[in-house]
Amino acid sequence: MRPFKYTRASDAMNAVSTVSATTSAKFLAGGTNLLDLMKEDVERPTELVDVTKLNFAQIKAANGGVSIGATAKNTDTANHPLIRQNYPLLTQAILASASGQIRNMATNGGNLNQRTRCSYFYDVAMPCNKRTPGTGCGALDGVNRNHAIFGWSEKCVATYPGDMAVALAALEATVKVQTKDGTERTIAFADYHRLPGDAPEKDNNLNHGELITSIELPKNNFADKSYYLKVRERASYAFALVSVAAALETKGNVIENVRLALGGVAHKPWRALEAEKFLKGKAATEVNFKLAAEMEMKTAKPLEYNKFKVELGRRAIARALMQAMNGGKA
Amino acid sequence: MAEDFDELNAVELTADETALLEDLPELSEIGEARRKFLGQATALGLGALALNLLSPEQVFANLEIPADAVFAPVQVENGVKVAMKINGAEKSLNVDSRMTLLDALREKLNLTGSKKGCDHGQCGACTVIVDGRRVLSCLTLTASCEGKQVTTIEGLAKGDELHPMQTAFIKHDGFQCGYCTPGQICSAVALMNEAKNGEASYVTVDVRGKARSIQLSDDEIRERMSGNLCRCGAYPNIVDAIREVHTGKDVAQKWQFAGETETALFENSVSEDAKQ
Repeated sequence: MRPFKYTRASDAMNAVSTVSATTSAKFLAGGTNLLDLMKEDVERPTELVDVTKLNFAQIKAANGGVSIGATAKNTDTANHPLIRQNYPLLTQAILASASGQIRNMATNGGNLNQRTRCSYFYDVAMPCNKRTPGTGCGALDGVNRNHAIFGWSEKCVATYPGDMAVALAALEATVKVQTKDGTERTIAFADYHRLPGDAPEKDNNLNHGELITSIELPKNNFADKSYYLKVRERASYAFALVSVAAALETKGNVIENVRLALGGVAHKPWRALEAEKFLKGKAATEVNFKLAAEMEMKTAKPLEYNKFKVELGRRAIARALMQAMNGGKA
Repeated sequence: MAEDFDELNAVELTADETALLEDLPELSEIGEARRKFLGQATALGLGALALNLLSPEQVFANLEIPADAVFAPVQVENGVKVAMKINGAEKSLNVDSRMTLLDALREKLNLTGSKKGCDHGQCGACTVIVDGRRVLSCLTLTASCEGKQVTTIEGLAKGDELHPMQTAFIKHDGFQCGYCTPGQICSAVALMNEAKNGEASYVTVDVRGKARSIQLSDDEIRERMSGNLCRCGAYPNIVDAIREVHTGKDVAQKWQFAGETETALFENSVSEDAKQ
């Protein structure tokens, strides 16, 4: 690991100014991804500003919904009574991710900013436009089994690896950010992460030095019928091949409102808007779920080694919706 | 025996090695200590050897390194002062900002129970308990541990009395090579509290249920212990050990030492074989 200066921030504005002042400075929260990337020489910060002592760990009712602090741990968020009761989809998504140890360390803000696990990104001997812009994409014509089937570009076919963010996309959360001029701004979740386009080095729309302070969950009526389904190569402690955050609001058997977001298939959590559009106002039946899944996956553009994700995605969407109808029981 | 040692002593050194020994008397002392140890292995305890050996830090501190040498050992860079409680004892350290908690435990505090498996947060061998929560010490910067309470595998027993989880791992043979064991046990100990607090997991049937103390099924134990890999595959026995501590009820051992009956049966079958 390369040398870096370590400081503990005691004040948010100070932390933001310190990181803003140096392009190679970074915030350190749980460190579960950043430290790993530093050991791999992928991330090379010259300065780390530890933000875990800042007062952003609260989880509280706010504006009819719930506000979750950026430095609250994943474990505490998943298990908070307000989240378990009102946003079980988020609880399930967090608990589907990583391991008990890592969820005890990882923070909500850091979780959003974790980087892709694309093996070409991780291997500094390989070309990667995300790691070193202009070097090419090793995965495009390489081993791309774990890569994107939606929204990729010639520059980058990496996927966003997280689970929590997939649920947050379905819940239409907003991200609160402290900017370097001392003001606060909010980013709609759909606009938080980016598609790779011509600038895959940018995972999200945060400006350098901006600090996430909280994630806001709006009130919804999905708590009775939602489910996070994660399909992976082993039963636990593995990244998703495909994951689905499904949430339904029904009246009788008619779908009044539906949200679907997919993980493991794109550079950002992928809202399945085609499927949502199809389902709204239709009967909540397995046939309709399958038709909706079909409709969404028809737009997929798989790569050489991840064609299986299209069929997997189709089945996962239908199954997640069925589980959601079943009260989201595991 | 005596000849063997003469042979060891007579090993010829290359020109480089001789030069190094001349520059670095400590190394030759270690060499002598090694030979002395081999010669008096029965008379000397391992502790005596340890006393004779210098730590790598001491040896490197006296090395004169050419300025252009790329392998030059560095002293602490970007030092950070950290005070924390480790297994109940206050420790103050001045560490390189890069030093992980795992390295601080092993290299600075001589607590080598926590193991470095993958060093990338994928195996769980380095699991320790910080402020009551199991975490990965390989992905924790020591610098970030100011004011924290760390419990390692060395801190679980009370004197000579093992922690119940340690006893259960022995009873159920919850290991083979033992490398992942300190991490497994620390993880399992912290898990007992998570269950008591009613924390949910991905396989919990209804996460909306009130958080109250829960009885973990074997599936729950497996899911919650998935961050600790065991390449020997002792998983079934690890689950037995954890279930025993979790339920407080005796779980039958899957193995037993051979008793008189088994020994007799075995001898009988051997002699039957011999007849055929």
